[in-house]
Amino acid sequence: MLALAALFGSIEQGVIYAIMALGVYLTFRILDFPDLTVDGSFVTGAAIVATMITFGYSPIVATLLAIIVGFFAGTITGVLHTKGKINPLLSGIIMMIALYSINLRIMGLSTETSVTRPNIPLLNEETVFSSFLAFWKTLPVDGWINGMFSALGAQSLPGSYGILALMIIVIIVIKLIVDFFLQTEIGLAIRATGNNQRMIRSFSANTDRLIILGLGISNGLVALAGGLIAQYNKFADNGMGVGMIIVGLASVIIGEAIFGTKTIVRTTFAVIIGSVIYRIILGFALRINLDPGDMKLITAIIVVIALVVPRLFEERRNKKKKLQRRAALDAERGDLLVKN
Amino acid sequence: MLKIDQIWKVFNEGTPDEKVALDHIDLHLQAGDFVTVIGSNGAGKSTMLNMISGALTPDAGDIYIAGNNVTKLKEHERAQYIGRVFQDPMAGTAPSMTIEENLAIAYSRNRRRRLRLGVTKERREYFKTSLETLGLHLENRMNTLVGMLSGGERQALSLLMATFTNPNILLLDEHTAALDPSRAASITDITKTLVEKDQLTTVMVTHNMQQALDLGNRLIMMDKGQIILEVGEEEKKTLTIPKLMEQFQKIRGEQLVNDAALLS
Repeated sequence: MLALAALFGSIEQGVIYAIMALGVYLTFRILDFPDLTVDGSFVTGAAIVATMITFGYSPIVATLLAIIVGFFAGTITGVLHTKGKINPLLSGIIMMIALYSINLRIMGLSTETSVTRPNIPLLNEETVFSSFLAFWKTLPVDGWINGMFSALGAQSLPGSYGILALMIIVIIVIKLIVDFFLQTEIGLAIRATGNNQRMIRSFSANTDRLIILGLGISNGLVALAGGLIAQYNKFADNGMGVGMIIVGLASVIIGEAIFGTKTIVRTTFAVIIGSVIYRIILGFALRINLDPGDMKLITAIIVVIALVVPRLFEERRNKKKKLQRRAALDAERGDLLVKN
Repeated sequence: MLKIDQIWKVFNEGTPDEKVALDHIDLHLQAGDFVTVIGSNGAGKSTMLNMISGALTPDAGDIYIAGNNVTKLKEHERAQYIGRVFQDPMAGTAPSMTIEENLAIAYSRNRRRRLRLGVTKERREYFKTSLETLGLHLENRMNTLVGMLSGGERQALSLLMATFTNPNILLLDEHTAALDPSRAASITDITKTLVEKDQLTTVMVTHNMQQALDLGNRLIMMDKGQIILEVGEEEKKTLTIPKLMEQFQKIRGEQLVNDAALLS
């Protein structure tokens, strides 16, 4: 029997995390800037959203604010690198560590007993998902889909498809915006900045400003994902961002390995699917009696496999080709010997 | 169009490696002038080009383009006025972007970059007609990644991109030196066509004396950070390589140190 509900949860999460993966793709691939700010800005998004929702603000306003603050955090990393001449990795780490304290402070705003706070539960609060589900339940779609699956013999069906439907719409909109942006004059200049800085400077582009902008957009997306995950899991926690850069990287690499990188439109699609596949793999790993605490180790192993295996395949293919060529050559020589 | 006024540049000042790279250089180009620059290694040719482009800033002196003092402008700010082709065929283009995307980047050089599509239908037509002038059939490969092109093709594309928006100044830094002779010759031809088409004011550094004689209406020879010989339009028409060598000997009182490098 299909364990649909478990698989379904992985897909839901995969689509939400795909927003973060697109952010990582923008810095890591487009700008060629391994940006570790992500680990911090993901939590910043969650912290902003959780704090504002606790204060009673609309979840939509809270989510939008998370994007803006994430963007701002990214630009600071950009300024550290371009104006402060600090190495990219180090700029990101500095910002990540700074955000750790800032995130505690942000969450601290939600309580009067302390200035910092390590987590905020959102158990009975209104979120973008709960609002949307309230609307979704008035539609008969869940009944239709589950009816169809039951007819096929599936058991333990998911309760509602509302969140997935909402997230698919959101991710499609974001994908279209990112695709369009990367084809605009500014987007082309950002891509060239990650490709050949000397060239784009000779075409009167301010590479400093483009790097800052690119990091801002990337971290805006990451913070959005953090804000949505906080609402999805119904809590924000200061540790939820640990290893986020690697999760994003895993999604990018898995997606690219399967779908290739021929065009931007295709690669952004690959990254989204990569994020879903990553969550499914993780879901399976957790079902074979692994502890949630093992997740980071599993992630590390997935990334290593995704990085190493394609290369091993390539090397084996090359070796095979060489052997074939040599065999052909030997055969030819053999023929000559026989003739002489 | 271009005025270089008393430019002075020292590298590694105050160390035992101190070297005067440019020693009070003066150069004045009228609109439409095409000057070729020759000289042995370390003569200051490339340093001068980098001064004009803004990659280096002079210790003293001023640079004017079209009457504006650009000495304090950063490289990317000056790039509005300047088209450049580098020696390395890989340097002037973005390899993981397509031909049309590269052209779109060049097209935005003297415009403000905005949130609108870089490659539109009309622009694509314009890019196509421009590519046709190269005669390399690149117009049929608009969506090919530039990284897939050969060195010669990339350099031809760089040239087109550098001249695309009619820059006030075109800088060519030994742009055929890294190519094999037949490709170098074809790039030299393309250079001639593109420069003549728009009457571009051009400074070309070269190690190839024949090329320096074939192209342009003026010639300067540099040595040890100074301009030691200036050849005007009339004189250049009758100039030959032996005459140039003779001139050098007369001025410096010594044989050219590295004839082979100069004649390569």
